[in-house]
Amino acid sequence: MGITRFLVRRILTGILVLWIVATGTFFLFFARPVSVVARQLAGRSATPQVISQVIRNLGLNDPVTTQYWRFLGKTARGDLGYSYYKQIPVKTILAQDLPITASVVVGAVLLWLIVGLSVGIISATRSRSLFDRVSTVGVLAGISMPVFVLGELLILFVFLPLNEHGFTWISTGYAGLSGGLIPWMGHMILPWITLATVQAAIYTRLSRGSLLDTMGEDYIRTARAKGLTERRVIYRHGVRAALTPVVSQLGVDIGGLLGGVVVVEIVFSLPGLGAESINAISTGDLPVIIGFVLIASVFVVVANIIVDLAYALLDPRVRIT
Amino acid sequence: MSDTLPRDAAQPRPSAAETEDDVLVRVENLVKHFPVHGGGLIRRVVGQVQAVDGVSLVVRRGQTLGLVGETGCGKSTLARCIAGLIPVTSGKVTFEGRDITNLSRGAMRPFRREIQMIFQDPYGSLNPRHRVGAIIGEPFAVHKTATGAERKKAVQELMERVGLNPEHFNRFPAEFSGGQRQRIGVARALALRPKLVICDEPVSALDVSIQAQVLNLLSDLQGEFGLSYLFIAHDLEVVRHVSNDVTVMYLGRIAESGPKDQVYETARHPYTAALLSAAPAADPDAAAQRRRIILTGDVPSPINPPEGCRFHPRCPKAQDLCGEREPVLETKLGDPVTHLAACHFPLQAGEILARDAGRDRR
Amino acid sequence: MSVTELEFQAHAAESAPEQAIEGRSQWNLTWRRLLSDKMAIASIAVILVMVALAIAAPLFVSLTGHGPEQAFTNSGTTRSGAPVSPGTHGFFLGTDYIGRDLLVRTLYGARISLFVGILTTAIATVAGVAVGLVAGYFGGWVDTVLARFIDTALAFPLLVLALALAAVLGPSLAIVIAVISFFSWAGISRIVRGQTLSLKEKEYIEAARSLGAGPSRIMFIHILPNLLGPVLVLATLYIPTAVVFEATLSFLGLGIPPPTPSWGNILGEAQNYYSVAWWYVVFPAAALLVTTLAFNLLGDGIRDAMDPRTERIFAARRGRRKNKRKAATEPGALPPLTVSELGE
Repeated sequence: MGITRFLVRRILTGILVLWIVATGTFFLFFARPVSVVARQLAGRSATPQVISQVIRNLGLNDPVTTQYWRFLGKTARGDLGYSYYKQIPVKTILAQDLPITASVVVGAVLLWLIVGLSVGIISATRSRSLFDRVSTVGVLAGISMPVFVLGELLILFVFLPLNEHGFTWISTGYAGLSGGLIPWMGHMILPWITLATVQAAIYTRLSRGSLLDTMGEDYIRTARAKGLTERRVIYRHGVRAALTPVVSQLGVDIGGLLGGVVVVEIVFSLPGLGAESINAISTGDLPVIIGFVLIASVFVVVANIIVDLAYALLDPRVRIT
Repeated sequence: MSDTLPRDAAQPRPSAAETEDDVLVRVENLVKHFPVHGGGLIRRVVGQVQAVDGVSLVVRRGQTLGLVGETGCGKSTLARCIAGLIPVTSGKVTFEGRDITNLSRGAMRPFRREIQMIFQDPYGSLNPRHRVGAIIGEPFAVHKTATGAERKKAVQELMERVGLNPEHFNRFPAEFSGGQRQRIGVARALALRPKLVICDEPVSALDVSIQAQVLNLLSDLQGEFGLSYLFIAHDLEVVRHVSNDVTVMYLGRIAESGPKDQVYETARHPYTAALLSAAPAADPDAAAQRRRIILTGDVPSPINPPEGCRFHPRCPKAQDLCGEREPVLETKLGDPVTHLAACHFPLQAGEILARDAGRDRR
Repeated sequence: MSVTELEFQAHAAESAPEQAIEGRSQWNLTWRRLLSDKMAIASIAVILVMVALAIAAPLFVSLTGHGPEQAFTNSGTTRSGAPVSPGTHGFFLGTDYIGRDLLVRTLYGARISLFVGILTTAIATVAGVAVGLVAGYFGGWVDTVLARFIDTALAFPLLVLALALAAVLGPSLAIVIAVISFFSWAGISRIVRGQTLSLKEKEYIEAARSLGAGPSRIMFIHILPNLLGPVLVLATLYIPTAVVFEATLSFLGLGIPPPTPSWGNILGEAQNYYSVAWWYVVFPAAALLVTTLAFNLLGDGIRDAMDPRTERIFAARRGRRKNKRKAATEPGALPPLTVSELGE
């Protein structure tokens, strides 16, 4: 019962946030002189005819409030505009790019959680051993590394040498799943490692610290005294409690994750949502950018709800709030 | 000068009728409830913690009122209500005849010079980042009464008066022992020469040998500065030595109150008697002879206090009436008008409570 | 009198009576511990060198005769138009794709990175502490509103914001500073708020209120000094975050607009040339990494220096003998009976 109420409240809050974001987006992009808006929407290379067409199609001469409600309505229905530069609806563009971005994100998140948590837990249980010390140094190096630098270094020192020697499985660019799982992974593996490394370092440190703190608690000592095996003590009691800061950190990282994805897509020439929107900056294709902003917000809100849910499942006290 | 045994408080004035000039602080029917929030979509108030439920008391000039009770009986809350640190739910607090209940921060400010507090925890009541001189000098800073060299001199005088080395002006609290920290707290409280000092269990956290020193200090200062104390403690023996009048609280209400000797020698309320019997006696023979009254049951929750007399579930003398009707705080059995008890069946002189310790102490 | 009080009296009698005895503040102790941490010293040295190089950048211009935005298409590029390698024609670190001196550009990039890193962190710290203090101290609806605000700012996808702003206003230094400050502020604020909420319940705060101290006095004179330690660590750790953000934004074309050099946009250009000009990637990347690592290590070092407990745990493991030697030779140690490094 507590959980459903919790979920409902989070979803309602999420919808509110999305509405605020949509409003902010609208005012940021549209609340300026008509000609400026029209030109930006039409793209850098648009002719005057296209510009007037844009003004007509989108009703840019209408009062701001009318435009606002129209914008909200269209967004709610999923119509995210039309790219005059590419001559296709924004929705189509986004739909094409989504699988690529999704592959990167999901793979990287899984990788970093698995690596981060396992290294962290093992480090905590074997505190101050060689394993722990080596991983501490690794963590420090990982944390200091910006994503794009890591990406470029990997390309320079892994991809290029391998390629020169004929080992072409690992490569940049994208190969869809339809072409087979192995080629798909070959293209994804460097992006995953790049995106996951910095995060894994952070999560290793976090889970290690959290587990060490938890293991020092009295109730763990009680569990041991009750005669439970060390393994059970660690995994059933210790880890569960230690997981909560990790989950809450995940919530904060969602926002940063988007940044990382965009960078990785650029560095590894993956034509996903991120790369698309960066290119749209140079071509001046505003509708694509608007579409990306909205999609990204939805993603962030949904991800946060999932994270909150996970947190509530782990820690029953949270459900009351 | 032996500082290891506590000395008795100054002799009490003859108990005259209550004259208004004598009264420094008067508390009338003070009630303080804390709301309890329940779960659900919106935070609802599902109950009230009845921390203080209708307490009236008086502190006279130059005298000490001892306030005793178990943990959770509401004495600390009461103290904070009088000091204006937490808002009062209902009732009245007057200081020198003026109403100071729930005043705004600005209106309360002048009274803060007159009413000061000494806190229980010597480790928590001093800001670890401030030097001792700054801590003691803070009252001067807040009320802008002395600055610079003048302030320093005043602070050092205070330090000397409470038994600290004035040259330690620049040290941090971490460098002092518990007893010394309490002295710092005392010095801070006295800086502005207040009239009333509320001592919230000032010696509970100290070693027994240090307790005596601090109590003696407080006692000396009372005479020297003309202070009135509201002395809160859970230890009856401590209270006995410092107080002129004693009030016993139980679960937010007053069980018994009156001049010290009256309450200690002819306790009327069973709870008071139980407390007295539990206090360790200095004389081992007397202790062996004394029968301990052991109360059964736990202290009930202040959210849901028992019907009628709040003590009745644990009282050895309880009868049906006790669970139905709340006893009135009034004089019983021909006592002087200053000795009040709230009990339907107050103890007679020399009466021994029926249910007492099963085994003798060996 | 207790034994400790006797010791105090004896001590006081020995020292010159006019001199008030100075206590060791927590900062004093922290600083001493920091100085004995080799990693921390190394980081401070690296940072100072980096700052010195950044300030001295114009010096390198006169030394090499190459400006940061000057394109030497003749001496700076090969016949086929590719960048020249380090050491050729007086280009110590080589050139970029249009023949600009990489060394000079990297140094000027350092100016931008350090400037942005420190400025944004400074803004974020002031704003974050102020908001966190107010939210934590006042509680109630003020806190609810501010906390929501902080959470929203934290969860905000930074890049999306930068993207949107750059699309509308065009990329610039101002956008970079605004966006990064917006995020860092929230992170600091959240921690400060948490600390304030717990500090607010301490008895010495209640004591201050009973003296008549008002909210601003309590917040700034009582609570703030207890916060400064964690805030310092936080700020030191946010600087590299800000530097990396700026580099990332510039890399993507959303930050510092060319031709002004920033490590990020140099690396962005280098994207197309990494196969033929390794120096184009390695040197700016190295500069970035070294700076980031140094600040991170320094932040960790300060954190460890402030929390003596970690030191004790390690010291105990390293061996009791070594620890005893260390304690005995520590200069000017306080009398053993009164040392309490546990602070509050």
